[in-house]
Amino acid sequence: MRAARVLLRPVGFAGFGLLTLVLLAAAFGPVLWGGRAAAVDTGNLLAGPSAEHWIGTDNLGRDLFARVLVAARLSIVLAVAATAISLVLGILLGAAPMLLGRRLGRLVTSAVNVLVAFPGLLLVLFFAVVFGVGARGAALAVGVAGAPAFARLCHTLMAAVSERDYIAVARIAGVSRIRVLLRHVLPNVAEPLIVNATMAAGGVLLTFAGLSFLGLGVQSPSYDWGKLMQDGLNGIYVHPLAALAPGIAVVLAGLAFNLTGEAFAAVFGLGDLPGGARSLEEPREPVAATPAVPGTVLSVEGLRVTIPGPAGPIRAVRGVTFALSDGEAVGVVGESGSGKSLTALAVAGLIEPPVRVEADHLLVAGEDLMAAGAHRRLGTSLAIVFQDPMTSFNPAHRVGPQLAEVSRFHQRMGRKAALARAVDRLRAVRIREPERRARQYPFEFSGGMRQRAMIGMGLMGDPRLIIADEPTTALDVTVQRQVLELLAEVRRDTGAALLLISHDVSVVTDVCDRVLVMYAGRVVEELPAKDLRTLARHPYTRALVAAVPDMDTDLSRPLAVIPGLPADPVHVPAGCAFAPRCPLADDHCRAVAPALVAGVACHKSTEVPV
Amino acid sequence: MKIPTSGRWPRFALRRAARLLVSLWVLVTAAFLMIHLVPGDPVRAALGPTAPADLVLARKQELGLLEPLWRQYVTFLRHLLNGELGVSISSRLPVGETIAQRLPATAQLAVAAFLLAVAVAVPVGVVMAMLTRRGRGRRTELAFTGTNVVVGAIPDFLLGVGLVYLLAVQTHLFPVAGRDGLDSYVLPVLALAIGPAAVLSRIVRVEMLAVLETDYVRTARAKRLTSLRVHLVHALPNAVTASLTLGGLLLSSLVAGTVLVENVFAWPGLGSSIVSSIVAKDYPMVQGTVLVYGAGVLLVNTLVDVVLALLDPRSAIGES
Ligand code: SF4
Repeated sequence: MRAARVLLRPVGFAGFGLLTLVLLAAAFGPVLWGGRAAAVDTGNLLAGPSAEHWIGTDNLGRDLFARVLVAARLSIVLAVAATAISLVLGILLGAAPMLLGRRLGRLVTSAVNVLVAFPGLLLVLFFAVVFGVGARGAALAVGVAGAPAFARLCHTLMAAVSERDYIAVARIAGVSRIRVLLRHVLPNVAEPLIVNATMAAGGVLLTFAGLSFLGLGVQSPSYDWGKLMQDGLNGIYVHPLAALAPGIAVVLAGLAFNLTGEAFAAVFGLGDLPGGARSLEEPREPVAATPAVPGTVLSVEGLRVTIPGPAGPIRAVRGVTFALSDGEAVGVVGESGSGKSLTALAVAGLIEPPVRVEADHLLVAGEDLMAAGAHRRLGTSLAIVFQDPMTSFNPAHRVGPQLAEVSRFHQRMGRKAALARAVDRLRAVRIREPERRARQYPFEFSGGMRQRAMIGMGLMGDPRLIIADEPTTALDVTVQRQVLELLAEVRRDTGAALLLISHDVSVVTDVCDRVLVMYAGRVVEELPAKDLRTLARHPYTRALVAAVPDMDTDLSRPLAVIPGLPADPVHVPAGCAFAPRCPLADDHCRAVAPALVAGVACHKSTEVPV
Repeated sequence: MKIPTSGRWPRFALRRAARLLVSLWVLVTAAFLMIHLVPGDPVRAALGPTAPADLVLARKQELGLLEPLWRQYVTFLRHLLNGELGVSISSRLPVGETIAQRLPATAQLAVAAFLLAVAVAVPVGVVMAMLTRRGRGRRTELAFTGTNVVVGAIPDFLLGVGLVYLLAVQTHLFPVAGRDGLDSYVLPVLALAIGPAAVLSRIVRVEMLAVLETDYVRTARAKRLTSLRVHLVHALPNAVTASLTLGGLLLSSLVAGTVLVENVFAWPGLGSSIVSSIVAKDYPMVQGTVLVYGAGVLLVNTLVDVVLALLDPRSAIGES
């Protein structure tokens, strides 16, 4: 049961416990302590706490503890009544578009929107004038003042529900609007409404206490917590508990409603409370130290990326080794989940704890990533192009300064000089009117322009290596071409090496010299790009290539797909990870993982017909 | 910040001004209708059952209540445009004068409390986000959210009473009530600021956590900036922008919160006068005060939107 799950959370347990206590006090308080609360003891006026009077007495010698308990009923009843008024009015107003038709409904909705802008207390005071001072007037005032907020909530909830098919069907079938509302719409929005009403009741309780405290709510001789506080405040010098005790009662009762509501919201999945199961792993930096090999711009040995997960660590990259020489273009292909993007991010040093990166050796753009200051030096020697140009620029800053920041920070350039270089780089990546564009915000750029600007950002320094993680995936086909051409051009001009991550085999074969094929966190084949279509030896590579149409593909026949699902990174099989999907798999494959030998990791690579 | 060129700013200004005008009109009309919505005879109720009938009639004449409703409305608007808010029933003083006299005390409270809340909430929220990011510092997180929920649940006037008890009655550090010297500001400002500061710091933390996971923060890290620069220059403005929308709501509820807190501290502002006028059924006075509070809230909301548009230009065109 879901209600039971509420109790299992600490918040829900505390909330429910408190709420039960408060409701019990409201139910039985006046019966049990009513006499004590009214008994005048003239020998004991304004007394402090004693064994007889736990929190003392008021100016007529009446026991304050009993009075606080007795006041629970009126406080709770008034709060619940006011919340009910808000809820009913809110539902009516929120359903206005449904009940009154579009025009009138829109009028009501915009009126509600105007009203929601005013703080609740102001509305309460306004209606308190209209309905008059006193408990009834205050309940009406608080109730009516709370209606706009509920109306807005109802409106949003109902708008979502009324899109659904069965409601349209009911309406077409001629069911009356009220019936549709009662039978079909309300039951579907009841859950969030009740949760919100519970939380709102907590707030209403506090508001009501405030009103009575101001003298606008409950009037003598009746009393609720707010009234008790008002009476107590005057004597705060002599007898502070008289003002504090009812205050504490109000806060506890308010919390009881709030916490219960929040716990229900969390269980029903309506909102998110902080907390939940998350793994705690100490961050560890990559371990390595091997001198740089001249002519090598990137060298990775035994790279492992581990993501802590609820079902044990996910080994997303399981020992990847490769190297790039100066000016070389290497592509990494594989399905999503093969670990290719994580490999790129790990190489770029952009993976943060709790995800863990380990390597026997990690040399990037000539910098040993383990050495002090290496990270910082990557700012000019490594350029990165991310997948989604729409989200990769900071929306709060203009494009020009975002580029210029690299030079200002790493090359100690002045503001003017750095901006001039940014404009120059934007021109270099063929952005028209770069002076004007540099002054614009990212949202004023198209996707393709942003990706070019991102490449331009990489060119602010003097990159030896460009890492591009699916740089064209988010773009239109025509724009894709332009971005790829730009990348090629940049490489010609700067002599930088390129590590291109892509799921698109044809992109990689077009741009790269060499290709790494990744599957389930490992490199399964490494071969020259020109041989990818014809000389691949690993069954997975061949399946991947076969799934891509080329000029020789007979388009009248259905496209080949790779059967089966990508390996589950939590449960990687003991032997070859591709075995469950491989047509050639045998028991040996399933038992022993093949190593990468002579560019391929497959027991049967020699048997595969080329 | 310089205002970017192009035509979206005039359009934004126009739309925002239209919204402000409509809201102001609703406010003014509601304030006008208030006295007419009161069931029974409001003037009789204000003067008491023993007041002679001709006095009631004279007062009605004076308030213009004997005219047809539309003419009353026109007169009301005309007076309002001239800055006339009528004469108080109980004190017989012009309402505008009383308000002008009391408004500064209230405005000082609200502004001081808002500045304090922001000054506390933003750093606390940012530091908490950094400490508790990605499942780190679970205990810190629990302590922070726990205190936060409890403190946020205590209404400002209760905090006021508690503060009076702790810092005025028990320790005599600050005066119990009144407005006399800088000392006297401490407790009311604290009472007003603590709740909003708690809520705001929670929002800042959540927004900051979200912003730290975005692609553009990754881009900033890819530029190998210092962690401080990534957090303060790249993440914070975006987190604050998102927090500001809710912060604006807090600010306007803070304006209303002065009513209660002023009553706790016998603060000579609008808040204490509106309550006594409601009790005394001094309708012109209530009407004037409601107008001032409401206009204050609307101006605050507009200001927040403008600041938001300057910080994040998308919001100026984004909304419909
Ligand atoms: S090792 Fe066996 S299962 Fe794995 S790819 Fe080669 S043939 Fe297939």
